[in-house]
Amino acid sequence: MSYKAKFKIWRGDDQTGELHDYLIEVNEGEVVLDIIHRLQATHAPDLAVRWNCKAGKCGSCSAEINGRPKLLCMTRMSTFTEDEVITVTPLRAFPVIRDLVTDVSFNYKKAREIPSFTPPPGLGPGEYRMKQVDVERSQEFRKCIECFLCQDTCHVIRDHEENKESFAGPRFLMRIAELEMHPLDSADRVREAQDEHGLGYCNITKCCTEVCPEGIKITDNALIPMKERVADRKYDPIVWLGSKLFKREKA
Amino acid sequence: MTSGVGAPRRARISARTLRTDRWWLPPLLTNLGLLTFVVYAGARSFMGKWYWVEEYGYLTPFYSPCLSESCLPGSSHFGTPLPELPGWIPLGFVALPFLLGFRLTCYYYRKAYYRSVWQSPPACAVAEPHGSYSGETRLPLIVQNAHRYFFYVALVVSVINTYDAALSFTHGVGLGSLVLTTNVILLWGYTLSCHSCRHIAGGRLKHFSKHPVRYRAWTLISKLNVRHMQLAWTTLATLMLTDLYVMLVASGAISDLRFF
Ligand code: SF4
Ligand code: SF4
Ligand code: FES
Ligand code: FES
Repeated sequence: MSYKAKFKIWRGDDQTGELHDYLIEVNEGEVVLDIIHRLQATHAPDLAVRWNCKAGKCGSCSAEINGRPKLLCMTRMSTFTEDEVITVTPLRAFPVIRDLVTDVSFNYKKAREIPSFTPPPGLGPGEYRMKQVDVERSQEFRKCIECFLCQDTCHVIRDHEENKESFAGPRFLMRIAELEMHPLDSADRVREAQDEHGLGYCNITKCCTEVCPEGIKITDNALIPMKERVADRKYDPIVWLGSKLFKREKA
Repeated sequence: MTSGVGAPRRARISARTLRTDRWWLPPLLTNLGLLTFVVYAGARSFMGKWYWVEEYGYLTPFYSPCLSESCLPGSSHFGTPLPELPGWIPLGFVALPFLLGFRLTCYYYRKAYYRSVWQSPPACAVAEPHGSYSGETRLPLIVQNAHRYFFYVALVVSVINTYDAALSFTHGVGLGSLVLTTNVILLWGYTLSCHSCRHIAGGRLKHFSKHPVRYRAWTLISKLNVRHMQLAWTTLATLMLTDLYVMLVASGAISDLRFF
């Protein structure tokens, strides 16, 4: 069964732009990305869109559909009614390059700021031995496809450009959690999570979790456990009192 | 809106959100739910009567533990170390601030009231109305980091509530004893499913393999933890219903249904 769907697609660049109306054919089993491709083939050959795998695995096709951060290739047309107007815009937390393509380099910069995996000194590659239960927990975070939908939806930076400097965003705070929970990582990441990467900005309102296409429980399994570790270290009055009383050097 | 979605170089879209669903409904319901509880609990805590049914040993959780000489005879299960109180101090004043603090700093309630009361953000991808935002990085919200200490106190209060419920069975069994017991079981569920509890039980460990018992505890609490939101709301409801039942029986408005 095919029908004509009403689309509103944002077109423009980093200075101006607006929503354009299109009436496009939709066939059974299609996803929003198919419609965008049909639009390129018929009405708008110069429409810019980033995509790669069309299987929800490369994380390239992130956009906002009816105001919700989603993957274009994983949003089925069958989730809309036939008379619904479907609005597609680029991610609204990052600078736009053209049409549906945004500049997500903020995320690459944040990724580089996190110190990489640090095995204990003296342990060479090939000598790593870990128990299954110990690595299991952080495996969940490795499902991440780096679509940055969580980064896009997080109000800390979406609604406050000025916080981009001091906040790494859910994706990279989760990366810190992954390393912190790694049985062989020997770096101290807790204090840094709070002081350098802005964990304190997160108010656990769970939008990152809500939009993650991989269903990673970012808030419950990465962010809150990191907050608890920070509380262990920084806000434990007993530890604090002890360090005041005995004037211990910061370890 | 020049700092957020209206910031330079972002896509020029003037709408605060393009969401078409009823995103405003959940924060509204949350506000109504929280308001109902605050009004009810406030009114009952300051009421100072109908909190104890001597005949059947029912004590409402809002007045437990009752530790002052103003408490009705029999309702002070742990003695009366405190003198008589002026009428404006709630008789449950020893535990109430901690229970309030426990819920206020709870990771779930934080999410709930940040979204509903403070609109930060009201819903995902809906711009918040505030010009600046520092989250939980400084006072007053940095205090949220003290959640676990409230959790410790809440554990003690749960034990006390359990004792209160158990004591009612020494007077036989009535609907009231079942109400008290159900409430206590759910309170335990809420308290043990706490994120701090999950962390303390085992979440903080790097090597589960070296601590099999704590790993097991963490696994079990993790299962409860996914229900934390549901338990948070259910216990708000059962606290009110339990108190209401005790109030109705104590005031003589209804009589308790007795089984034994
Ligand atoms: S839970 Fe924290 S990191 Fe995730 S979207 Fe909300 S504020 Fe951002
Ligand atoms: S955590 Fe989820 S939403 Fe965030 S980048 Fe990874 S896959 Fe995307
Ligand atoms: S195209 Fe690869 S995730 Fe959508
Ligand atoms: S009681 Fe909700 S997280 Fe602790």
